[in-house]
Amino acid sequence: MIDVDGLSKKFGDLTAVDDLSLHVNEGEVFGFLGPNGAGKTTTVRMLCTLISKTSGNARISGYEIGNKDDSLKIRKLIGLVPDNVGLSENLSAYDNLDFFGKIYDLPDAQRKESIQRFLEMLGLWEKRNVLAGTFSKGMKQKLAIARALIHDPQVLFLDEPTANLDPEAAKTVRDFILELKKEKKTIFLNTHNLDEAQRICDRIGILNTKLVTIGTPETLESEIRGKRTVIELEQVTDPVLKSLQKLSLTNMNVEGNKIEFDAVDSGNKNWSVVEAIVLAGGHVNLVNVEGSTLEDVYLKLVGENQ
Amino acid sequence: MRLSKAWLIAVRDFKIFRHQKNVWYPLIIFPVLISLVFPLVIQFASSRSGEAFAARVPLLLDSFSMFLVIGAAFVPLGIASYSIVGEKVEKSLEPLLATPITDGEILLGKTISAFLPTLVAMYTGGTIFMILNDVVTFPMLGYYYFPNWTIGVILIFLMPAAIVMSVEVSVIVSSRVNDVRSASNFGILMFFPFLALYIASELQLITLDINMFLIISGIIFLVDIALFFVSTTTFKREEILTKWK
Repeated sequence: MIDVDGLSKKFGDLTAVDDLSLHVNEGEVFGFLGPNGAGKTTTVRMLCTLISKTSGNARISGYEIGNKDDSLKIRKLIGLVPDNVGLSENLSAYDNLDFFGKIYDLPDAQRKESIQRFLEMLGLWEKRNVLAGTFSKGMKQKLAIARALIHDPQVLFLDEPTANLDPEAAKTVRDFILELKKEKKTIFLNTHNLDEAQRICDRIGILNTKLVTIGTPETLESEIRGKRTVIELEQVTDPVLKSLQKLSLTNMNVEGNKIEFDAVDSGNKNWSVVEAIVLAGGHVNLVNVEGSTLEDVYLKLVGENQ
Repeated sequence: MRLSKAWLIAVRDFKIFRHQKNVWYPLIIFPVLISLVFPLVIQFASSRSGEAFAARVPLLLDSFSMFLVIGAAFVPLGIASYSIVGEKVEKSLEPLLATPITDGEILLGKTISAFLPTLVAMYTGGTIFMILNDVVTFPMLGYYYFPNWTIGVILIFLMPAAIVMSVEVSVIVSSRVNDVRSASNFGILMFFPFLALYIASELQLITLDINMFLIISGIIFLVDIALFFVSTTTFKREEILTKWK
């Protein structure tokens, strides 16, 4: 669906995006994480054919960005919610959507049906004739998403859709994105919000001008440090330690009444470890498998690439 | 270039303007002033100067007609500036630029949205100007001075050319400023070349007759072409998103 190969963008001497390569599958929700100035918005703008690339290639559904003939075709396939919602504030919610429906040449009946469907879905139908400028931030954001979806695009680009929203409005927008995910819409999501990325995205790329890493939230979490098994005992006794040493646990560490070791094939291993402890007279209070969080991964990788 | 897409932009702008009363004031006030003030001036002058004044009336009417052109250059400044600066403030150009519409179509739509209301306002003002002046000057001249070929040249060639020039200047200026007032203040410089022509005619350095109006129309038309190329260079999506302040 989206193929990016060695894409770069320079503004004078400043490199905004450097040698970016990635692939987003059809129906996938791809999250793009990175600090301010990492090049996330620049990447989206290049993919949406809003600004030119300096080098490299990118294709959306086989159409090449930077190719003049393909640019209009790409813009028919995509929907964009920019970081600033960019609504016409002196137009009603209905007129905002109606205008974009006409720009995409939607037939009258289809346009009206789509507008009603989205406004109802987002709880804005009753306010369809109210000027968008009077809406709350959350309502504006929802209207902007509806505007980007009015022509049923194959790919939806969302540039920080929950930034500056209060928690309730952010949740409404996130829930709507999850609804779109169920409909198998291909979504390219720029976000600062790690929790949001973890909950919504199938895969995540971390960008800091260059692509630092890419993978599923789970693989990224285990990228820094593998999962660790933590067993809490009432008391760590010598017989217990001796019996565990026979099991050759990797990176075993004892701290107070806790024993930690790398969790490889944690299901079987943990069972045999617990059995050894009990046979040595130990009392197990808790067995837990812990990993690094996405936040740990993000902070480490972005920090390394500053 | 698809005119239908440009027309969609213009219609949307008309809907937006409905909620912006400030945009409408120049469209109403200036044509009304022109159409009322000059007939009153002639009426007042004739009542004080007597029959000798009648000989000067045709020359005066042609000179006063120049104010229709000045109005055409002045009136669209607010509406054209709002059309661009308003989008900048609302940041509504980015989602529009991500649709299958070309930069040229957006620019043409913006030009139409400022051009048409101005043309309608100035034609309305011009019609009232002609009727009232005819009413006032008929007793002195013994015939209706308007319509004539001179005002025809003004209405058909000079006034539209002046409106286009004003709109193009507004587009260029609007790309560099962030509020409508600043854009209008820069655009007001448009006023001076036309005022200079009027003053030159009053000082009898030039005669504002049909030939002079045709020459001025030709010059403005050439300026329009030059400004069009400058404005299309300014109104490019990459420029808008990365360099517009």
